[in-house]
Amino acid sequence: MAAVPTTVSAAGTPWSQALPRRGRVGILALILTESTFFSIFVVAYIFYLGESLIGPFPKDVLSPPILNTICLLSSSVTIVLAVRALRAGSIRTFAIWWFITFALGLEFLTGTALEWRRLIYHEGLTIRTNLFGTTYYSLVGLHALHVTVGLLLILLVMVLTMCGYMNDRHVERTDVLSWYWHFVDAVWVVVFLTVYVIGR
Amino acid sequence: MAGSIDHEIALGTADDLASLPILGKLHEWVVTVDHKRLGIMYITGGLFFFLVAGLQAATIRLQLAMPDAGIVPPQVFNRLLTMHGTAMVFLVGMPILTGFFNYLVPLMIGARDLAFPRLNAFGFWLWFFGAFLLYFSYIGGDGLYGAGSAPDVGWFAYAPLTELPFSRGNSTDYWILSIFLTSIGTTATAINIIASAFCMRCEGMTLSKMPVLVWLAIVVAFMMLVALPPLSAAQAMLLLDRFLGAHFFDTQAGGSAILWQHFFWIFGHPEVYILVIPAFAFASEIIPVFSRKVIFGYSVMVAASCAIGFISLSVWAHHMFAVGMTPAGNSFFALSTMLVGVPTGIKIFNWLGTIWGGKLRFKVPMLFSLGFLFQFLIAGLTGIMLAVAPFDWQLTDTYFVVAHFHYVLIGAIIFMDFAAVYYWFPKATGRMLSETLGKWHFWLFLIGFHLTFDTLHFAGLRGMPRRIYTYQPGRGLDTLNLIASIGALVQGVAVLILVINVLRSLRSGDSAGNDPWDAWTLEWSTASPPPEYNFAVSPIVRSRRPLWDLKHPEDPDWKYE
Repeated sequence: MAAVPTTVSAAGTPWSQALPRRGRVGILALILTESTFFSIFVVAYIFYLGESLIGPFPKDVLSPPILNTICLLSSSVTIVLAVRALRAGSIRTFAIWWFITFALGLEFLTGTALEWRRLIYHEGLTIRTNLFGTTYYSLVGLHALHVTVGLLLILLVMVLTMCGYMNDRHVERTDVLSWYWHFVDAVWVVVFLTVYVIGR
Repeated sequence: MAGSIDHEIALGTADDLASLPILGKLHEWVVTVDHKRLGIMYITGGLFFFLVAGLQAATIRLQLAMPDAGIVPPQVFNRLLTMHGTAMVFLVGMPILTGFFNYLVPLMIGARDLAFPRLNAFGFWLWFFGAFLLYFSYIGGDGLYGAGSAPDVGWFAYAPLTELPFSRGNSTDYWILSIFLTSIGTTATAINIIASAFCMRCEGMTLSKMPVLVWLAIVVAFMMLVALPPLSAAQAMLLLDRFLGAHFFDTQAGGSAILWQHFFWIFGHPEVYILVIPAFAFASEIIPVFSRKVIFGYSVMVAASCAIGFISLSVWAHHMFAVGMTPAGNSFFALSTMLVGVPTGIKIFNWLGTIWGGKLRFKVPMLFSLGFLFQFLIAGLTGIMLAVAPFDWQLTDTYFVVAHFHYVLIGAIIFMDFAAVYYWFPKATGRMLSETLGKWHFWLFLIGFHLTFDTLHFAGLRGMPRRIYTYQPGRGLDTLNLIASIGALVQGVAVLILVINVLRSLRSGDSAGNDPWDAWTLEWSTASPPPEYNFAVSPIVRSRRPLWDLKHPEDPDWKYE
């Protein structure tokens, strides 16, 4: 009877290339579960629209953060350009686009911070004021938390680039990170529509 | 000899550990990223908490054995109930299923490990810390207000009961944070299983040639990704309410009293299927091997499992018929609940079709599988009864419901967990469990189970509400409860026999060899226990039963698939 029910399969056969890459499948699975997490907060936001017993109300204090939105959405374009440059082997171009991505993300986070500061100190809206405050800060805050995590990861890659560790072997990993960043941007579209368009 | 496959290749250094001192061995287990060791740690942890939460259940049954018993005060009873439920779901059901999937999925797809081994270890230690945290509440739960120790709000922890004014102290916070942590750990495992099954399969194993267990692992993993976040999100909201003064579930600020129920059951009902689909997976591997036939209707089996996965996401509010929903809502959830019975019934027929005309071998794993088939059928039938909204209005929150879901959780899930332990223990340890003790275990557990949970149906029909800590004599409940408690004792003895069996086999069990059951999936082609790298060379498969092809080169499966 044969010893092992198998024969040796040489590395790099068509079979192993036909299977999807585990990093991509992994990040897609993470995005699926994160989407569900966000959707519960979005549902809670919509469920409690107009249920606040006391003010301030959304239409009094909210104004759509257009500049922030443009910055965040365009960072999705710049991160694609960065990965494309890395794939082409141009580390310098990659570093530039990557830095611009980071700067755009940081601008978004600063914008959110300034908005919160205005709401808290000038409009008197905190998480315990009313249901609007409760759902607004938790939904926008959850998104801002994800932006922060993304920015930390982008910063990590930036530091590695400056130390000269980046090369075209890292294309797939930066690509996977960019998928997460696209997800954060896509969630912002939903949050923006929910909070600043439908909810106002 | 058919049934044993020798490896010519030296299987390396599995015995190196024997020379290490005890601390060294412990260190090896703590730092490991090997899917087999993490799987064993998950299963051992799950069985440990099975004993702990089982003892709590025994205390509950002791208190309810006779009317007006004063074994435990009401507050302690509430804590026992909450900890029993929470632990059995998150500290027993979940780790045992993730443990088996951890152990088996890479072996069955012919891979060296899961896709992300370190993420796997991270997930395990998160689960472990969460489990520790839940039971630490007995010491640490006093909190600033000195109220209570362990959580006492029930395993579904309905808000606003769990809001700060009604649940002082920190015991509820322990419930929130510990379950939150175990959920993150489970999510890590789910991502790992999906990435492994899609990306790490050995050559020739197309999706349609995967063992049924791997298919069902994928279904369960997807359900975990979709069903766990609603619970985590609701827990985050509750934490915001309790610590930052938010108003998600605060009715005085306009919040809703039933939003938590919706969020919880959007998690809670799929969770039942997350727990039971692994039982289906074990049955789909064990029943064919002990019937000496291929699984009947492989593709229908897989399709039915996917259908269960989808439909079970839309049945949650059948837990809430008594809340007072609209007639349309009631009808929708009654119908969707009945609909989920269709693919489930298909699976029962598939297993029956596998057994039909087979050459049955009544070994212990098969005995537990047959018990599972019968009991899962009954559980499904009472489930259909409860799906009828008016019937549910009559019996909601009675012991009929308790008996129904224990039929699923014990009669189906725990029975198949035991079957899986008996079936794969030889692979994981290299030693057989005793058949004699196993049969004692099976028959005693079967008798005890039916004594307890058959009678509780009738206690429920007679109107005994769940979660009461005692009842008055002369209401027709005395005898039924006494029988149920005696049944619990018998089950306890049966589980003790399992513990003895495991300890005895580890010390002096018969050597198992590579393939003690003459089985067909890839894990039986390697040594028992498998070496750290699983397969010396990557397998290449041509059919769903690669070992059959190897043992019967004159009549291989791939000619017919």
